Amino acid sequence: MANQRRFTDMLADSMPKLVLAPSFLIVMVCIYGYILWTVALSFTKSRMLPQWKFVGFDQYTKLVNNDRWAVSSENLVVFGGLFIIICLVIGIGMAILLDQKIRQEGLLRTIYLYPMAISFIVTGTAWKWLLNPSMGIEKIVREWGFEDFTFDWLVNSEMVVFCLVIAAVWQSSGFVMALFLAGLRGVDSEMIKAAQLDGASMPTIYRRIILPSLKPVFFSAFVILSHIAIKSFDLVTALTGGGPGYSSDLPANFMYAHAFTRSQMGLGAASGVMMLGGVLAILIPYLYSELRGKKQ
Amino acid sequence: MIKTKAAIAGLALAVSAVVANAGEVEVLHYWTSGGEAKSVAVLKDLLTEEGHSWKDFAVAGGAGEAAMTVLKSRAVSGNPPAAAQMKGLDIQEWADLGFLANLDGVATKAGWDKLLPKVVSDIMKFEGKYVAVPVNVHRVNWLWANPAAFAKAGVKIPTTWQEMIAVGPKLKAAGIIPLAHGGQAWQDATLFEAIALGMGGSEFYNKAFVAHDDATLRSAKMVDIFKTFKATRDLIDADSPGRDWNIATSMVINGTAAMQIMGDWAKGEFTAAGKVPGTDFICAPAPQTEHQYTFNIDSFAMFGLDSKDSKVAQDSLARLIMEPKFQEAFNLNKGSIPVRQGMNETPFDSCAKASMASFSSTAKTGDLVPSFAHGMATTSSALGAISDVITNFYNSDQSADEVVVKLANAVKASM
Repeated sequence: MANQRRFTDMLADSMPKLVLAPSFLIVMVCIYGYILWTVALSFTKSRMLPQWKFVGFDQYTKLVNNDRWAVSSENLVVFGGLFIIICLVIGIGMAILLDQKIRQEGLLRTIYLYPMAISFIVTGTAWKWLLNPSMGIEKIVREWGFEDFTFDWLVNSEMVVFCLVIAAVWQSSGFVMALFLAGLRGVDSEMIKAAQLDGASMPTIYRRIILPSLKPVFFSAFVILSHIAIKSFDLVTALTGGGPGYSSDLPANFMYAHAFTRSQMGLGAASGVMMLGGVLAILIPYLYSELRGKKQ
Repeated sequence: MIKTKAAIAGLALAVSAVVANAGEVEVLHYWTSGGEAKSVAVLKDLLTEEGHSWKDFAVAGGAGEAAMTVLKSRAVSGNPPAAAQMKGLDIQEWADLGFLANLDGVATKAGWDKLLPKVVSDIMKFEGKYVAVPVNVHRVNWLWANPAAFAKAGVKIPTTWQEMIAVGPKLKAAGIIPLAHGGQAWQDATLFEAIALGMGGSEFYNKAFVAHDDATLRSAKMVDIFKTFKATRDLIDADSPGRDWNIATSMVINGTAAMQIMGDWAKGEFTAAGKVPGTDFICAPAPQTEHQYTFNIDSFAMFGLDSKDSKVAQDSLARLIMEPKFQEAFNLNKGSIPVRQGMNETPFDSCAKASMASFSSTAKTGDLVPSFAHGMATTSSALGAISDVITNFYNSDQSADEVVVKLANAVKASM
């Protein structure tokens, strides 16, 4: 009897570990294991298949000297920066407006949030049609009588990266709005009333009291949006196909092309590692501040 | 009861005796669209007639990109298919890694060396031994023209690149887009390749894009070629970026555009629209390349197998692919021409006949050159590097003097 009880106790104690073990193992191997594998590959001269001939930093030198890589990383900075800033501004703006105890808030919230439910492939394809000069916005405006109207960003290699921003913002700003709306609902109404009694105007209350108290929401939104930006692949594939030329390429597209279709696995792995570096550069300060906050 | 059992056993024995030499071939291919699927079915029927079984392994998508990804994972895990559709220098890369089977037994018996032009058989061989079988030949340097559009503008179909650029304004004045083009990297490369071959000649072409000679890549002639290439930009409408090739072809079919530079797979679009070659549309060699031929050949690479029965079936497959019966049926469906020389020309249309005549004659003069834009001349990494430079040049305001330096450097870096 006593033995059996001890066994069940032991089982109950180790149950969480047992249940978590498979997923822990899978995550370790399939995520962290393959990250290490990719890092190792980036130091080899692998072409079509992995080859374990180490060449040091050769692939990284090639990468830095590659024009297409330069264009795609530049695009990522422009696209990522604009995407995050515009999404935050629009998201916060809509959240504040929706927070004014308006009628039909539930319906409006759903409408704004809904683009998030579609994949970037659909968003990209729909915006490709809208932005195409001969069948989209430009054509309609011209038919309205504004003959000189031009909106040809999609086929202009200087401006095409802004098309990516437009489509991505359309898709993701509703999500940012939902995050901030949840945050706004959590703000103590007593505090706002107190400020009102002190004679503060609504804009000042938002600027000085409410938004500063939403700092954690800012952080989460920023981290999620920067992830979306760095791993954007499907949007480019559907909206521009990387073109005109390769002027709208992002690093993820570069990585895919070289690792899988051009038999340059080493170079592809090196670009993957660079992307990981980008993600870590954002993530580590975030984790650091989070963990430090917990200790206090 | 016992009788039936015995009968079944006897039947089973009899069946097993018949199939003793029959094996199974698993064939990886990416011919999944209408006409292509029909073409593959021909091969499947011929193979099953000989008692072997065909295991279809079709992977659609991305002009074979998806199929190649699947093939890599299968090969690395030690379980490759018997045959895989593969092109150009990829064959050499796979053979170099030791994956491919030696087909010399079948090849010598059927005399492939005599049936194939040397430039073609060289691609199918690795270290002097056949490792792959060619299926068909596509001519890439075609000019597809809509004669009605030319009549409307009152101009002739151009035969040189200078003429081509000169007819542009007249066609535009008649409200016609002179050149239908899709702004995708491979289409840019296809157009560039035709200009390079026409203006540079076969020797120059081979030196630059097959041997990757540095001096040729940086030469003044190359600068001229890039200048002409940029000049064709004016012949194209502004909406071309990202357009698929068949959309561009349909612009020629319905007369909104006058011509297109594209391989002979474009013919399928014309015939599917009920157009007749010679009257509704013209297939002419791309300007200045009348006596030259850029080929794009589809082939099957045969993988090394363990099972003896499967090897027998694999050899049968290789033999059948090169036999006239399959070459004719397949290419009539696909719109390409047989790779086998000395075939009966009667069932083919006028464009295909012209292509066949030119294929044999250029094979003798040395003007039969591999299409680099379609992976026949270079490894996928060099092709990627070259097409990046070309497409970026075409879509930016880079000067021709700058781009030749970029080209030479990119080719060197990809080696």
